[in-house]
Amino acid sequence: MASAPDYSWPPMEKRKLIGKPIKRLDGPQKSTGRAKYASDLKPQGLLFAAYMGSPHAHARITKIDTSEAEKMPGVKAVHIINPEGTEIQWQGMEVAAAAAATEEAANDALRKIKVDYEVLPHFVQEADLKQAGARGKAAGERVTGDPDKAFQDAEAVSEGQYGIPVITHCCLETHGSVVQWQGDQVHVFPSTQYISGTAAGLAPNIKVPIANIQAHMDYIGGGFGSKFSPGKWAEVCAFLSQKAGGAPVRLFLDRKMDQLIAGNRPSAFATVKLGGKKDGTVTAWESNGWGTGGFAGGGSPPLPYVIDRIPNARQTFTGVSVNAGPNQAWRAPNNQQAAFLTCCALEDFAAKIGMDPAAVFDKNFAYAPDARVETYRYQLRKAADLAEWSKHWHPRGKGASGVVKRGLGLGFSAWAGAGQASQCRATIHVDGSVVVDIGTQDLGTGTRTVITQVAAETLGLPMGAIKLNIGDNSLPVSGASGGSSTVGGVCSSTRKAAMNALVKLFETVAPSLGAQPEDLEAVNGKIQVKDTPAKSLAWAAACKKIAAAGQISEMGENVQRSPGGLNTQGAAGVQIADVSVDTETGIVRVNRYVAVQDCGLVVNPWLAQSQVHGAVIMGLSTALLEERIMDARTGRMLNPDMEFYKLAGINDVGDIVVHLDIRPENDKRGIIGLGEPPAIAICAAVSNAVANAIGVRVPNVPVTADRVLAALEGRNA
Amino acid sequence: MQAFEYANPATLPDALGLLASEWGPTDVLAGGTDLLSLMKEYLHTPKRVVNIKGIKELAGIQKTGAGLRIGALVTMDEIATNAEIRNEYKSLADAAAGIPSPQIRHMGTAGGDLCQRPRCWYYRQGFGLLATKDGQPLVPDGENKYHAIFGGGPAYFVSASSLGPALIALGASVKLVSAKGSRDVPAAKFFVIPKDERTREIALRPNEILTEILVPGAATKSATYEVRQKEALDWPLAVAAVALRMNGATVTSAKVVLGHVAPIPWEAAAAGKLLAGKTITAATAEAAGKAAVEGAQPLSQNAYKTQLAKVAVKRALLDAVKARA
Repeated sequence: MASAPDYSWPPMEKRKLIGKPIKRLDGPQKSTGRAKYASDLKPQGLLFAAYMGSPHAHARITKIDTSEAEKMPGVKAVHIINPEGTEIQWQGMEVAAAAAATEEAANDALRKIKVDYEVLPHFVQEADLKQAGARGKAAGERVTGDPDKAFQDAEAVSEGQYGIPVITHCCLETHGSVVQWQGDQVHVFPSTQYISGTAAGLAPNIKVPIANIQAHMDYIGGGFGSKFSPGKWAEVCAFLSQKAGGAPVRLFLDRKMDQLIAGNRPSAFATVKLGGKKDGTVTAWESNGWGTGGFAGGGSPPLPYVIDRIPNARQTFTGVSVNAGPNQAWRAPNNQQAAFLTCCALEDFAAKIGMDPAAVFDKNFAYAPDARVETYRYQLRKAADLAEWSKHWHPRGKGASGVVKRGLGLGFSAWAGAGQASQCRATIHVDGSVVVDIGTQDLGTGTRTVITQVAAETLGLPMGAIKLNIGDNSLPVSGASGGSSTVGGVCSSTRKAAMNALVKLFETVAPSLGAQPEDLEAVNGKIQVKDTPAKSLAWAAACKKIAAAGQISEMGENVQRSPGGLNTQGAAGVQIADVSVDTETGIVRVNRYVAVQDCGLVVNPWLAQSQVHGAVIMGLSTALLEERIMDARTGRMLNPDMEFYKLAGINDVGDIVVHLDIRPENDKRGIIGLGEPPAIAICAAVSNAVANAIGVRVPNVPVTADRVLAALEGRNA
Repeated sequence: MQAFEYANPATLPDALGLLASEWGPTDVLAGGTDLLSLMKEYLHTPKRVVNIKGIKELAGIQKTGAGLRIGALVTMDEIATNAEIRNEYKSLADAAAGIPSPQIRHMGTAGGDLCQRPRCWYYRQGFGLLATKDGQPLVPDGENKYHAIFGGGPAYFVSASSLGPALIALGASVKLVSAKGSRDVPAAKFFVIPKDERTREIALRPNEILTEILVPGAATKSATYEVRQKEALDWPLAVAAVALRMNGATVTSAKVVLGHVAPIPWEAAAAGKLLAGKTITAATAEAAGKAAVEGAQPLSQNAYKTQLAKVAVKRALLDAVKARA
């Protein structure tokens, strides 16, 4: 028996498509509006659904009367989601839904549903831990080494308080789906990060066999971690379709409901104390933090972040339960918080001992995982070069005179990003056409494009020769697109499937080339004896030889525990923010933002850069503008919109400089995902840059005018 | 959005005939940039919507003997790009150009800008113009970082009008027409601080349509300066519009009006008085800024707006004299 084919990536110098800046395949569809998202679908007979939530943050439903709503013109179905007796724990928590011929009629119908509530006391603001009382649940203290002694022995101690608020995902396409439940079959058109998991997620809630649920999605308008499960809304949409006699129903949350209930990033506040030597070496860490992820409390960010081998450390974290919508994974869960708390504390320590923070970061990278220490140091040097650190950095608050102060700040990140479990099928037809089937989804990251690159490269064909099917649960199963796990998984399974199919083709055509199958290669649209173009068959001619079988169809699988060198985990990343602060108004503007990022073998540098751009834009928005604002008295979120929930526009983000760290030593590690890594360090870098500019720490992000002016006054007072 | 009757009159008299004598049953639709969101939130639930976009006489910008006439349907983009306005009434062009959303600049109208409802997030969530719950005001101890620092309550929202401060500083008036006749109201009197939930924040009556804005002849230097948190769609944090009558380099009279700091555009008379007889320098501009915010009554979270208003005055003054210096 022949041994398993060699799946390993071709060497850098031999690659024809992989590693090349190839345009996004679905770019024209998206930019011209031809791409149809689930929320664009308008099948014959479509009904529109609207979703009603509680106006109260904490209440018990005592009575629901839907009779008037059901009589409204155009209304086809009304569904109670949470029955009488339900204890509501956040504003917007689902009560009922209605489907009607128009969206307006559905919303009007909801207004006719009479709901009585017994209003209960709520708690919605966690920024002041003292007010949390029993709502705070402290995790046990964690101690490493002897922090008390280390602080006593320290040559310098710095201390600061920092906060990063709850923010929401703001997917351009809100959460929802179109569902049609006809007979015993359910067709779902979701907006999801997990098409292969949609049926299994929905089945138990609507009590339909997984086998009877067909899910299909071509495009998704953003997920960022908040669209893994089909969501309560998909289940409600299915029930409405069933009640409406099998008509297709469209249920997408309106912006307000999306902001209230469809996910958010937990907050984190902490006091952080660092002790160390005057040469910049940190020897002791102490942090006492708290935060909320909604009613269930809050997660604990991993502290200290990256430099987690500081020998002496003590930390506590209190999760606070609030009456506000539940969190969902937000592009590197817990990592922005951890990076923010760690990098800010580290720059404050540098300021305390009067050292350049770049030198302090460099020194303390010794506490990063062994395998990554030199990568961080290299990336720090590279980022400093690109940001012209030596020219523009100055000791904290000691920049040029004038109203507008410029400053630079640092941040770093780490993420795993190994390839997910993924199955792919590659089929070569007798006419030479090639189909790649894989049950993944393209979140806008370029998944379609990279899969096609890998398949085409493996088969020696041009991009256009590959027909790719994704976004359907009838296809071979791939994982959820989350945790930066997609690219490694789907590229590896595609490589294996294409290679397995190619080996079969080699076996078929070897006799006619008078060669052994293992002596063949596929290049430039030909099957040829290795390095012998004279002994070759054109692709189409080769494929004619498989007439007897009709086609070659082979599977390939990425197994997470043994990726075979095709993908791996562990990305670093160093970023520098360059900002100007108007000290009269407190307005912060970004001049330039430098992101140096490794991600192993880069399948497509344009798409990789685009990922970093997207992450930086999103991150700058969170650093400068975004926060969920809760009202203590009413328990409401006051900005469930895109007006006072402020998002950055393109003029707010400055010049973004991306450097992909594609050194050979990174390339040989295999593919690593890039969704999360570049989104982590931005709040930290911006906060540090503002501190460098104005000479004082603005404790909380976003660094808005009110906070900057308050910090400046504090210093002057 | 509640179902409504849609009226599409071609003439002003037809439109006026469709209005009601009280607020509520009827709304006037121009650019729709505010009305549609109010209706989607069920804050306005009109039975009839009167579209005035088809009324030709409400369009256009004309120079008249007395100054400038701006039709109610003129878009903010037309104001921002009109050469006459840019040259002679810079503060108005500044204010319109300051609206960062191209969609709103192109759809939003001058009349709509003056008649739009407050953006106060308590109001938009249904707690009323005065933002109360169980009879208690929500703003003074609530989330008030974008609220008023002048006016003293009981209304704490800020006037959202972009043009209002500049129009008041320029001494403009608006023409309000009803089926029975018309009246010219000074822009300064058009905005009203409501004392109860039944009062509107503007002097317009429910049976009237704002048809045009009249800006008196220039002979001024003017500018509007807006402090903005961001460049994309947003409201300013604080605004100052200034209009100066000059004799050479000397200010003969000055008007300074603040925006986004009170339920109405807030005229800072002390700042205007201080500038009379002076030249605009960094020092006088700074002093005027200081005078403009005297008497500010910040709430728990918005003291920073006092500083922003002060800086806006200073920068608007320096910009006004630089413009045609």
